[in-house]
Amino acid sequence: MATGIRDKVAILGMGCSRFGERWDDSADDLMVEAFVEALADAGIDKSQIDAAWFGTGIEEQHVGKSSVPLAMALRLQNIPVTRVENYCASGTEAFRGAVYAVASGACDIALAQGVEKLKDTGYGGLPQRSRGTTNDLYWPNASAPGSFAQLASAYRAKHDINPDDLKRAMAHISVKSHDNGSRNPKAHLQKKITMDQVINAPIIAEPLGLFDCCGVSDGSAAAIVTTPEIAKALGKKDLITVKALQLAVSSGSEAGHNSWDGSYFQTTRAAAARAYKEADIDKPRDQVSLFEVHDCFSVTELVTMEDLFISPEGGAIKDIMDGFYDADGKVPCQIDGGLKCFGHPIGASGLRMIYEMYLQMQGRAGERQRQEDPSIGMTHNLGGFPHQNVCSITIVGREGA
Amino acid sequence: MDTGLLAYGAYLPVRRLDRAAVAQTHAWFNPGLKGLGRGTRTIANWDEDAVTMSVAAARNCLEGQERDALGAVWLASTSLPFRDRQNAGIVGDALSLKSDAMTLDVASSQRAGTTALMAALKGGAQALVVAADRRAAKAGSPQEMTYGDGAAALLVGKGDVVARLVGSHTEAVDFVDHYRGEDGEFDYAWEERWVRDEGHMKITPRAIKALLESTGVDGASISQFCYPAAARGVAAKVAKAAGLPDGAVADNLQGNIGETGAAHPLLMLALALESAKPGDRILVASFGQGCDALLFEATDAITNRPAIGIASQIEKGRTDANYARFMTLNGMMTVEHGIRAELDKATALSNHWRSKDMTQRMMGGHCEACGTNQFPKSRICVNPECGAVDTQRDEGFSDKIGKLNSFTADRLTYSPDPPAYYGMVQFDSGGRLMCDFTDIDAEHPPEVGMAMRMVFRVKDYDTKRGFRRYFWKAMPATQEEI
Repeated sequence: MATGIRDKVAILGMGCSRFGERWDDSADDLMVEAFVEALADAGIDKSQIDAAWFGTGIEEQHVGKSSVPLAMALRLQNIPVTRVENYCASGTEAFRGAVYAVASGACDIALAQGVEKLKDTGYGGLPQRSRGTTNDLYWPNASAPGSFAQLASAYRAKHDINPDDLKRAMAHISVKSHDNGSRNPKAHLQKKITMDQVINAPIIAEPLGLFDCCGVSDGSAAAIVTTPEIAKALGKKDLITVKALQLAVSSGSEAGHNSWDGSYFQTTRAAAARAYKEADIDKPRDQVSLFEVHDCFSVTELVTMEDLFISPEGGAIKDIMDGFYDADGKVPCQIDGGLKCFGHPIGASGLRMIYEMYLQMQGRAGERQRQEDPSIGMTHNLGGFPHQNVCSITIVGREGA
Repeated sequence: MDTGLLAYGAYLPVRRLDRAAVAQTHAWFNPGLKGLGRGTRTIANWDEDAVTMSVAAARNCLEGQERDALGAVWLASTSLPFRDRQNAGIVGDALSLKSDAMTLDVASSQRAGTTALMAALKGGAQALVVAADRRAAKAGSPQEMTYGDGAAALLVGKGDVVARLVGSHTEAVDFVDHYRGEDGEFDYAWEERWVRDEGHMKITPRAIKALLESTGVDGASISQFCYPAAARGVAAKVAKAAGLPDGAVADNLQGNIGETGAAHPLLMLALALESAKPGDRILVASFGQGCDALLFEATDAITNRPAIGIASQIEKGRTDANYARFMTLNGMMTVEHGIRAELDKATALSNHWRSKDMTQRMMGGHCEACGTNQFPKSRICVNPECGAVDTQRDEGFSDKIGKLNSFTADRLTYSPDPPAYYGMVQFDSGGRLMCDFTDIDAEHPPEVGMAMRMVFRVKDYDTKRGFRRYFWKAMPATQEEI
């Protein structure tokens, strides 16, 4: 009988590069930047790392295939390194690999690192690329905003929501994330914006305007994990441990079976239910202190807050407009600016979210530090399209919380 | 049993180019174009070609007909997308015809449509004759004004015909009024007045007279004369010279459609049939290195009209004064499409073959274990409650009506004609598909719950290798189409 990951693995150290348009830096530079910080934070020698997991999404745009680019950039001498790719969940997948390896006893100390160098395409947004020789024959040439924008049309129809009300709630999400990003020196976007700016911005994919979409960034993030015992033996106190690690992947039922209405994420609901069980959380709205969710688009964050069972179904707009998820609200969401403003270097994003939780719980989040002593943090990634995707969820928290 | 036409249909693209906008654009160079700068002409969308328009016309014609009885498909066009890959075969595939139907491309002349029709009528087997053209014309040329894009289809055979063949006559005369050589992109045309006087007026009356003589029919008894000459007054002059009544001369559709090439005589014939009464005699003739003339007589069955009439298709056009878009989509201007447009659209032909029933026939699956329809067909049933293995039989989706679940208008992704509309279409009988939409009217944007039907279109052009791949797209369905 599986007992889950709760409190079996602790975070020993973390690092995160500055995110943004890092024109002068290569993927290797970004990886080294995050790794050096993580290693110093862990207070260990590189030779103590037994194994590494490397997450990156669109490798053809930067490092190329396999785990070799990580091992070469960091000069990891002949240790086992595994490269993982699972859309935007790639960073969390790397973390999952490292955490499971420690929990299994296969290694004492493991590294999870993600990187993405996206700003070598010549244009904004994600790279336009082949989806495989079969999919290219019949899939629409869908962009990410075009895919996620459809949530809005289905959500409006299902809950009979006025388009302007939805647009305003989406705008509030982006204004909030820009406010938060303005207090984050590592964030890609650090300027505040206004509701009017969001609402009047050029349309990217109906009804998403420019400010409803997250930035596409260069960046890297890293986590070094070990057992709570080893962490303590290395002198660490007030440990941050892993409470839950869940993944849910579409079987094709959303895309091909008429049981899904297009207004929510089937995978998020499945992963969230399992994650709360694994972390022994039964009242998430009261028990989770902070959220970092996959706000690739404002509307994604909106429906996700229902899919994580925080806002009631059809009730996210009210919570958002009430300021429930604001930095000074009941449960802040994207206190670091989120994908929207911290940025979205795909393979690094999941680890960046965990990095923020780790800083917040240690009181090291600087100007954006949450005062109400956060103890449980939930991170969430979505890769792919609403109708076929990968959802990953991580819950971290104080040991014993 | 009579031989003749069992059914007829047509397809006209919904968008209509405002000729005044064209004339105005080129007036600085050729003020004479203003004489042609009235009315509209049809414009094929960027994802349409002779093959897709043929499929649309054939579906219009075959509505309610038993397709398995078809013994042949004749495809006539002077703008076939493939020079060495049978185009009629793609049409047959999109119509989900059996592989033992003979398929044949007929090309190289404006007579291609009528010659194919004559041959099919002589062939004996039940045959689909479909003609389509998307003719290229230089910017600022008279042809750009007078040409149109469209297709017509006729179901030919024995039995309960709507019009019986009275007779036909052909004249093969190598009179070169215009031509397009092996590498030519555009037609090269000689003076219109010479074409009229030495071509139309000398060749066509001779063919018509021979037809009337061989059939023993009095020219005065002809109720409709379909002759696709674009130039004003030519058909009336020919009618007079051939002894046909002035009132029989059918509208050449120059006012709002334009001349649709090899399809045009068949399009005019189909339109004439739509308004014909039992006993009406319709004479159709074509002109191109000679003349074909065919005489039909409407039977009592002529009252069986197609569900979506040709006149209604002519009516429902949307006038488009955006000449820059027309020029762009027809490759007449070098336009910046952005780096996103550089994506290589290479097709793995082995995969294309393996996936052909899915892409060209829109064949999905029906699970015999749980009854769930699904697209694409797969080894394991998509129903999470079922999951049975190898239980799916073929289930065609191309004629299903769906309902819109979600959609967007995407301005980020590359589309030749942005925004790219796409979304989830859910079929009432089960199954759904995230797919491209086409022919969306920005004035009437999609809404969730809207009825959608599927149309066969070009999915992608591989400009590097000259290939194009086809798939089905969704568009709003009208009340008659549901």
